[in-house]
Amino acid sequence: MFKSAMVGLLSMFAVLMLPQAAQAEYADVVINNYADAAGMRPVVFPHWYHRIRFRCKVCHADLGFKFKAGGNKITMAKIIDGKFCGACHNGEISWSVENCGMCHSGVPGMPTQIHGSTVQRLVAPTYKSLDKPAK
Amino acid sequence: MKTKYFFLSVLAMTTLLVVGFNAQAAQAPLKEVKSAKGKVSGANIFNRLLKKDEQRNAAPAEDGIHDSANDGTHVLQPPLIAYDGLPTSEFGNYVDWVKSLDDGLLKPRYDLIDPTVEPLVMDLDIVREVKASMPDVVFPHKPHTQWLHCSNCHPKIFIPQRKANVISMSAILLGQKCGVCRKVSFPITTKSCTKCHSKPKPADWKPPKSEASLTNPWR
Ligand code: HEC
Ligand code: HEC
Ligand code: HEC
Ligand code: HEC
Ligand code: HEC
Repeated sequence: MFKSAMVGLLSMFAVLMLPQAAQAEYADVVINNYADAAGMRPVVFPHWYHRIRFRCKVCHADLGFKFKAGGNKITMAKIIDGKFCGACHNGEISWSVENCGMCHSGVPGMPTQIHGSTVQRLVAPTYKSLDKPAK
Repeated sequence: MKTKYFFLSVLAMTTLLVVGFNAQAAQAPLKEVKSAKGKVSGANIFNRLLKKDEQRNAAPAEDGIHDSANDGTHVLQPPLIAYDGLPTSEFGNYVDWVKSLDDGLLKPRYDLIDPTVEPLVMDLDIVREVKASMPDVVFPHKPHTQWLHCSNCHPKIFIPQRKANVISMSAILLGQKCGVCRKVSFPITTKSCTKCHSKPKPADWKPPKSEASLTNPWR
């Protein structure tokens, strides 16, 4: 009885772990720390589109984007202040911030995530090696 | 108590079946296979866990994360239009980004404003011996420094000193060390292992035997 319950729970877990959208372009970032709560669609940031135009260094060294989806706590106040997306989406380097729907284009309710990451494609959550000291 | 577990497991199995069948339905219009005896578990679909990319480089409106009810979604560029003419790879964006740079097909800016600034490229290979049958790992600074700045890696992710860093495959898969970027540059999958594991082992190399095998009384 208990065993079947465990199997059931595990299978439910496995289902929840399955990628929700296997089709999304690799490295597309969904950012939804605040958008949903404010009645906006989540933001989708396409890495592929930006890396054709900028090296990683521009955003991740010069502009200070941390390597973590959702980890930069971006808000509109910071953006119009010229930080994060606002360093470029200011009508000078790229189209300006009034184009809300270009960034806020995600399916409502989607959590913050990065697409096509190995972690997202794993069948079981993680793999940890035996912690033996290396020789 | 028992009924609670039972209820939970039934609920879970139903979720599995519903989602499983949805996934199947989404993949291809497969004919419904009716088993001869009718009562065989519906859980025995051929691939219970394998997920294939059904459509590579889907256009925004069809990729499952963009809302097609949003007007802006339809203004966004479909990746395949941009990738036309770029060298291909077998994973990730299915574009060989490093080769695209080397062949001069792309010239992404290294500076926010000035398109003429050249990157600070360093050509230094670091070899790491791998304690397994896999070929040894070569870390090439060149392609990394074409895209990144030294400060992206040093010293937060890697101490800039040979052998000063403990790196393992499990750490990488957990998103640490080399794994920090494996969500954006290229994913870790069967076809990409040899990108890092690129230096063949010496011809006489044999995998060390585990102690359990050496002392196995049934051998
Ligand atoms: C260049 C891309 C971009 C554009 C254009 C843009 N936003 Fe945002 N916006 C973001 C990002 C990134 C976030 C952070 C999302 C999160 O974490 O939920 C955000 C967050 C928000 C939030 C919630 C956080 C906060 O600041 O209160 C609101 C509301 C919002 N945007 C409204 C708008 C409106 C309205 C417009 C058009 C005038 C707009 N945005 C245009 C990128 C953009
Ligand atoms: C135009 C700016 C821009 C460029 C260029 C760029 N990125 Fe990003 N990167 C971002 C943003 C924005 C995020 C999401 C941050 C957030 O959600 O707060 C991100 C997130 C990431 C993450 C974190 C993913 C995770 O694990 O959650 C990694 C790794 C990353 N980028 C690597 C790269 C690499 C490698 C390149 C170069 C090939 C690159 N980025 C180029 C803006 C950029
Ligand atoms: C380093 C500069 C830079 C930063 C930072 C940046 N962008 Fe962009 N972005 C651009 C440029 C340049 C374009 C292309 C503009 C054009 O086509 O005219 C662009 C285009 C886009 C597009 C449209 C892609 C398409 O299909 O046409 C989206 C969406 C977008 N950016 C979202 C974001 C979001 C969200 C952020 C912040 C998380 C961000 N960008 C940060 C420079 C930047
Ligand atoms: C993508 C990440 C990354 C970037 C970017 C990067 N490095 Fe490294 N670097 C490494 C790794 C990994 C090692 C090997 C560490 C080890 O073996 O434990 C290393 C090792 C080194 C070493 C030690 C070499 C030795 O023989 O001991 C030096 C020096 C170094 N890097 C300098 C630089 C400089 C200068 C830059 C910028 C031009 C740079 N690195 C950019 C990842 C990086
Ligand atoms: C991003 C580069 C990279 C990729 C891709 C990669 N590896 Fe590794 N692998 C490493 C590094 C670095 C180590 C650690 C080497 C050391 O001990 O210094 C390692 C170690 C290993 C080890 C030895 C056990 C351990 O954890 O130290 C095995 C086995 C292994 N990798 C298998 C694989 C397989 C299978 C794949 C493809 C699915 C793969 N690797 C893809 C970089 C990579």
